[in-house]
Amino acid sequence: MVAMTSLSNSFPAGAEPKTFPSVAGQGEVSDFFALLKPRVMVLVIFTALVGMVVSQVHVQPVVATISLLMIAVGAGASGCLNMWWDADIDAVMSRTAKRPIPDGRIQPGEALAFGLVLSAGSVMILGLAANWLAAALLAFTIVFYAVIYSMWLKRATPQNIVIGGAAGALPPIIGQAAVSGTVGIESIVLFLIIFIWTPPHFWALALIKAGEYAKAGIPMMPNVAGPASTRRQIVGYSLLLFPVGLAPVALGFGGLLYGITGLVGGLGMIAFSVHVMRNREGEAEKRAALGMFGFSILYLFLLFSALLAEQGLGLYRGVSLGGVLA
Amino acid sequence: MSRETDGGDVVPKSLDAVQAERRRKRSMAIAFVLGALVLIFYVLTIAKLGPQILNRPI
Repeated sequence: MVAMTSLSNSFPAGAEPKTFPSVAGQGEVSDFFALLKPRVMVLVIFTALVGMVVSQVHVQPVVATISLLMIAVGAGASGCLNMWWDADIDAVMSRTAKRPIPDGRIQPGEALAFGLVLSAGSVMILGLAANWLAAALLAFTIVFYAVIYSMWLKRATPQNIVIGGAAGALPPIIGQAAVSGTVGIESIVLFLIIFIWTPPHFWALALIKAGEYAKAGIPMMPNVAGPASTRRQIVGYSLLLFPVGLAPVALGFGGLLYGITGLVGGLGMIAFSVHVMRNREGEAEKRAALGMFGFSILYLFLLFSALLAEQGLGLYRGVSLGGVLA
Repeated sequence: MSRETDGGDVVPKSLDAVQAERRRKRSMAIAFVLGALVLIFYVLTIAKLGPQILNRPI
């Protein structure tokens, strides 16, 4: 017989709290790795690397590599703390029910200890390897994601992923701080791109998962403001993303390749958002939302890849905006 | 085999084969991470100090 414990988070009304086995030491190594949200870590490594590359400073490769690793571990640690706190609602949603804690493979206390140790370790090593500005920014990101977003915003407001998106947008700033010791306009622009990209990206998924979020009691935008308002906001953010996505060209650190990618990709985001706006029923609604969700990932990946190719591989060809601005 | 504590928690007296294998893999992962930490601090020291690492008062 296995004794069970229940998490103390405020649980959504109408749903039964999930209980978890209290026996520690049952988890596989892969379960602990899954707590770090590896796919998010890959995105963090990628965007932080671009933040380093656009800084255009001489980088000691060993320091840069260790810094990237620590930024990734810090992001993983915040994901782990998020899974610890959200285990009760993860258990209710089919997309997350098989995560290690709600599935009973890892005890909540184990995940908490794992997340805290990795958080402290990644911040300390980043401080020693790079500088304490980067370490402080990493610590802020972890606290923002685990405490401000997970513990507060996520269950309190439909603006949860808008404000919480700042945590996911910070890696380029940490990357630049790690290699240059300062925060420049380049990484701030990259932060803004990811920040404004986040709402249309997540709300596209939230539109088709609205029932699941409602069951878990999370006030996502489609559940609170309704699908029609959410679709309008997706279009609004996609329109806003277009000029912000092209800002690197105006500021001179995005060249021709980036400009073409930003132009075509930005128009694509607007087109997909309008498609989501027009298809509101049945299978067409689902296809449109999934299309938006998938394209938004491709858009961000191509945008940052273009910067990486231009600044890291020497493919930069300047774009003269004189004729446009005159 | 297990016994129940006053708090109701279950404390296994001995590990079965699956549990022992998982513990072995976790221990190996911890050893790997500790080894990686040693390597990180060593390489970082060399990279940051370079030849200056030898320039110290004896």
